[in-house]
Amino acid sequence: MALGYDDVALHGARPETMAVVTAGARYPGKRRNLRRPRRSWLLTVIMCIVLAYILLPLIWLIVSSTKTQESLFGSFGLWFAQPFALWDNVVGVFTYDGGIYGQWLLNTLMYVVLGAGGSTLLATLAGYGLAKFDFFGKRAVMALVIGAIAIPATALTVPTFLLFSQMGLTNTPWAVILPSLISPFGMFLIWAYAREAVPTELLEAARMDGAGELRTFVSISSRLLAPGVVSVLLLEVVGSWNNYFLPLIMLNDPRWYPLTVGLNQWNNQATTQGGEVIYNLVITGSLVMIVPLVIAFLLLQRYWQAGLTAGAVKA
Amino acid sequence: MTTTLTPARPAGATRRGLRRQIGWLFVGPFVAVFLLVLIAPLAYAIWLSFFQDRLIGGLSFVGLDNFAKALADEQLWSSISRVVLIMLVQVPVMLGLALFCALAIDSARLAWAPMFRLLVFLPYAVPGVVAALMWGYIYGPRFGLVGDVSSFLGIPLPDPLGGDLVLLSIGNISTWLFTGYNMLVYISALKTIPSDLYEAAQLDGAGPLRVIRSIKLPALRPAITITVMFSVIGSFQLFNEPNILRALSPNVITSGFTPNMYAYTLSFAGGQYNSAATVAIVVGVLTMIAAYGVQIIGRRKES
Repeated sequence: MALGYDDVALHGARPETMAVVTAGARYPGKRRNLRRPRRSWLLTVIMCIVLAYILLPLIWLIVSSTKTQESLFGSFGLWFAQPFALWDNVVGVFTYDGGIYGQWLLNTLMYVVLGAGGSTLLATLAGYGLAKFDFFGKRAVMALVIGAIAIPATALTVPTFLLFSQMGLTNTPWAVILPSLISPFGMFLIWAYAREAVPTELLEAARMDGAGELRTFVSISSRLLAPGVVSVLLLEVVGSWNNYFLPLIMLNDPRWYPLTVGLNQWNNQATTQGGEVIYNLVITGSLVMIVPLVIAFLLLQRYWQAGLTAGAVKA
Repeated sequence: MTTTLTPARPAGATRRGLRRQIGWLFVGPFVAVFLLVLIAPLAYAIWLSFFQDRLIGGLSFVGLDNFAKALADEQLWSSISRVVLIMLVQVPVMLGLALFCALAIDSARLAWAPMFRLLVFLPYAVPGVVAALMWGYIYGPRFGLVGDVSSFLGIPLPDPLGGDLVLLSIGNISTWLFTGYNMLVYISALKTIPSDLYEAAQLDGAGPLRVIRSIKLPALRPAITITVMFSVIGSFQLFNEPNILRALSPNVITSGFTPNMYAYTLSFAGGQYNSAATVAIVVGVLTMIAAYGVQIIGRRKES
């Protein structure tokens, strides 16, 4: 489609793109040496209102996770109520139905490690290969991948389900892992990054020294690619962790569910005949689910910004 | 045996030939999986869309009949019109808010700017499923905030998941999830503006609003085009939020509420694989046309 290389490469569709983009940014260095304008309190107040909107549901979630099923209905949503049941709820989340939540958590981790890890690995190898080698069919591969970026992943979900059910792959972990393994956008990012970050002269020198291509990749290129790879990995981890549509359509057996599908099943219990209402567990389970990702975000943000500035310095 | 080992060709050519294979060593695994999980499903869906499973006669080729049926399918069109309606309201609101936040944070006039940047971005770390569950409970009249406020005021508030407001309520979840993400895109784009432009503007005595209009907004235009495009794609492909809210409001949010939900229902619950494949293709093509249109408009404005 008409996604020009330049548009995506220079302006980026996602924040992570910027890490790649900055590798080739023309204007490195500070621009904040201008006279510092005065603080505007009006602006700060308006931003505080925006922040209240952003934080409202999260605060509601935290407060609600300390309530029992009964007090959820009987108390004001944004303030605590007796008894303080956070710990009971957490225990409930991990013990309900024979500890199925723990199983879902492990499944999610498996899908993230194999899906996000695998897709980042494949994208890195392919992006590097396309950026740094000449081979037969290279143009065709590149055109195919650029075209595929324009296809939204969700649009492929139903066709993939139809094919996989024909192949007998549905209701197995493979049905969730295999489609996660391909990220055309991730490959495109690595390709753009590798062109800037891995100097061809360096590869020539390594070849002169008689190093094999794989060894060169492992010991030299992969290190130069690291900031770009981290950006793609972050993107893929968020994608796998949040994945819902694909596992929902592919999996029947709750034992293979990821957390997203499992939590929704708990939620649906309330409306099914004879199902136990466990809103307190859905709420606490949601909180337990977002805590690791929020922490990972806060920790990785530094590394991700380091990658951004490292790229800028290089240019 | 000897033919392959004796240097019939000059050594350089052989090595170059070898290097050609080495390129494939890196690209091969990706391409193999790509063909399996991207090209094969597409090809299979297209193939399916030309057949129909009939009670009498079994699987038979029907040409473009499935597409004719899909294009005349009222349920499909009402699902498409719903997502278009959500898109027309939600995308401008979300991107406007993101743009405002980005300009505020970039202005150096905002106190605690790094904190705002981080916290507004935070919902990006929340899975869409959890966001939909949270907001769904908040919308709920029984133990949600809307119910609390309603009983506090002593007047019944309109049901956010009722027929009149449900589209806004769904749009609100997307806005909450993705404002921060789009904000970061704009902030990154603003950072690439060279400082001499600002210095020149300062020398000319341009005020902050003038700087925004003459320097920042033009520099943001490509980033805005990209975010509009991604948001349009996201709207057309809407699935998670309505699918989850359906448990709370099954009469309003029907099984074919959005095009993807319709395709899901056809394939999963209905077992109508041929119709499902056709709907998936029609919606995918419409999504790509819309995204393409945004690109063209964005480019024309740029030049």
